[in-house]
Amino acid sequence: MLRFLLRRFVVALLVAATVLTLAFMLTRLSGDLAISIAGANATQADVELIRKAYGLDRPVIVQFFDWVGRAMIGDFGESYFFKARTAALIGERMPVTITLGLTGLLIALFVSIPMGIAAAVNEGAWVDRVVQFIALLGQAMPGFWLGLILMITFGLQLGWLPISGTGSWQHYVMPGIVLAFTAIPALTRLTRAGMIQAMSSDYIRTARAKGLSRASILLKHALRNAAIPVVAIAAVQLGFMLGGSIVIESVFALHGVGFLAWESIGKNDFPVVQAVVLVLAVIYVALTMLADILNAVLDPRLRTA
Amino acid sequence: MTTMTTIAAPRRGWRAAGTWIGAVIVGLTLFAAIFAPWITPHDPYAQDLGKRLLPPFWMDGHNPMHLLGTDQIGRDYLSRLIYGARISMLIGIGVTITSAIIGIAMGVLGGFVGGKVDDAVLFAITTRLSIPVVLVALAVVGLMGSSFTLLVLTLGLLLWDRFAVVARSTTMQVRNLDFVSAAWCAGCSRFHILWREVLPNIASHLVVVATLEIALAILLEAALSFLGLGVPPPLPSWGLMISEAKEYMYFSPWVIMIPGIALFVLVLGINLLGDGLRDHFGTGTQ
Repeated sequence: MLRFLLRRFVVALLVAATVLTLAFMLTRLSGDLAISIAGANATQADVELIRKAYGLDRPVIVQFFDWVGRAMIGDFGESYFFKARTAALIGERMPVTITLGLTGLLIALFVSIPMGIAAAVNEGAWVDRVVQFIALLGQAMPGFWLGLILMITFGLQLGWLPISGTGSWQHYVMPGIVLAFTAIPALTRLTRAGMIQAMSSDYIRTARAKGLSRASILLKHALRNAAIPVVAIAAVQLGFMLGGSIVIESVFALHGVGFLAWESIGKNDFPVVQAVVLVLAVIYVALTMLADILNAVLDPRLRTA
Repeated sequence: MTTMTTIAAPRRGWRAAGTWIGAVIVGLTLFAAIFAPWITPHDPYAQDLGKRLLPPFWMDGHNPMHLLGTDQIGRDYLSRLIYGARISMLIGIGVTITSAIIGIAMGVLGGFVGGKVDDAVLFAITTRLSIPVVLVALAVVGLMGSSFTLLVLTLGLLLWDRFAVVARSTTMQVRNLDFVSAAWCAGCSRFHILWREVLPNIASHLVVVATLEIALAILLEAALSFLGLGVPPPLPSWGLMISEAKEYMYFSPWVIMIPGIALFVLVLGINLLGDGLRDHFGTGTQ
């Protein structure tokens, strides 16, 4: 078990280091950063001033190790546009994104687990077909478009929920629903497949033979085993959802990290962009590691992997 | 072939119907995309400020010249929608070809050679999965300026993971089968074995992945264009149409409904077709 944990941790570190490098390279794509920061009306002297001020006159390799060294201790430099520490900006906005991600995940789990169970129990019947069709619809739904439709219906026509902003819990309902849609198809299919497999296994036959109630068999025996991959994938899905929240945060003007990144891209604010890419990637890496460990704890057969 | 002709259990019937519906949707979209200049009633870029935001044919006050109405600067919506199919299909196919080349090369290599090479491939896949796709694509387009080619390349470089995963695992299954051993014994080169023995035998799995990737690329392009960092205006991308019409959606909801439904139906059709292909090849259950 210890060996497994250690191995998993080393891989996670290596991935984080690679993303660190990629995030740096990403922002050097546009050529001369100083010109981009200075803007269209800047004179040559302005550009030189900016180049000096931000240390862009140093060799790229020096800039790289400087960024790596600082990033390791959580210092992502200063935002050109917001004139504030990048780490502070991200820290300020992160709770919004995490709240949104968790809201989306909770909604997704509340919808997909019952749907998956219902489909598995009625395999091949109309319930199963309806559930699979819903999963198919969810997969084809463009999130930003669903967001706009919800805004028109629940925000404007019914007046139940606020259309944009971050003020209260109501602000998270519609974005949460939209975000949940990205995870519902996968989680539903996984629950369904896991339950079908569990229901046809020997221990369920034993439970049936013992005369246990249907509810007990389903919830205590089958679901426990079917839940293992669902829990793991839920953690991975949360990582994807945080990464994908940029679109939904922009639609609903929810001031989270995704919205910050979108604003920064528009303003050529490189330190923020590369920091957000890195932070989201590290969160994803941590979540997948958590998922693997959780899997190993829940299912001892996987520990040797 | 087998799936289509087996005695119709009701589920098979449903599934087959789904496949056919998917095929018809994709076929019609392809037709629209290819023949756009000949079937559009108007120039998709021609503005007419005297005819702004005309409603579509099912609403009062519509103009029979513009079946699906006009947008905020008087461009014919149906014509833009048809040209939009072109953009979606080109993005879907272009991105999928790019990502297929990268992903299949890596997956086959890792699965076939194994050992350290395979470790490297697995590491690349893990790293790729940790990168937030939408954010990086937005950043690249934002930094380098939006263009169609750049978008295709960026998404192609980001979406190869599923190809690599599937190519790797299926190559591992095929690697030790008798016909591959036979080819080794017959003195075939490594390249010959990969190209003529392995690849054709994993192709059906890859075709199924390709449908998923086309659908994903189309959805991503729409989302990026919606955020203003996808294909540049005035190209009639469906995502861009939704973005440009957004201000008017509270008073005339159809301006976002029409391109949105087109997008939704096309992606649904591609997924239905993909599910059908998976059943057909029998690649779903492993």
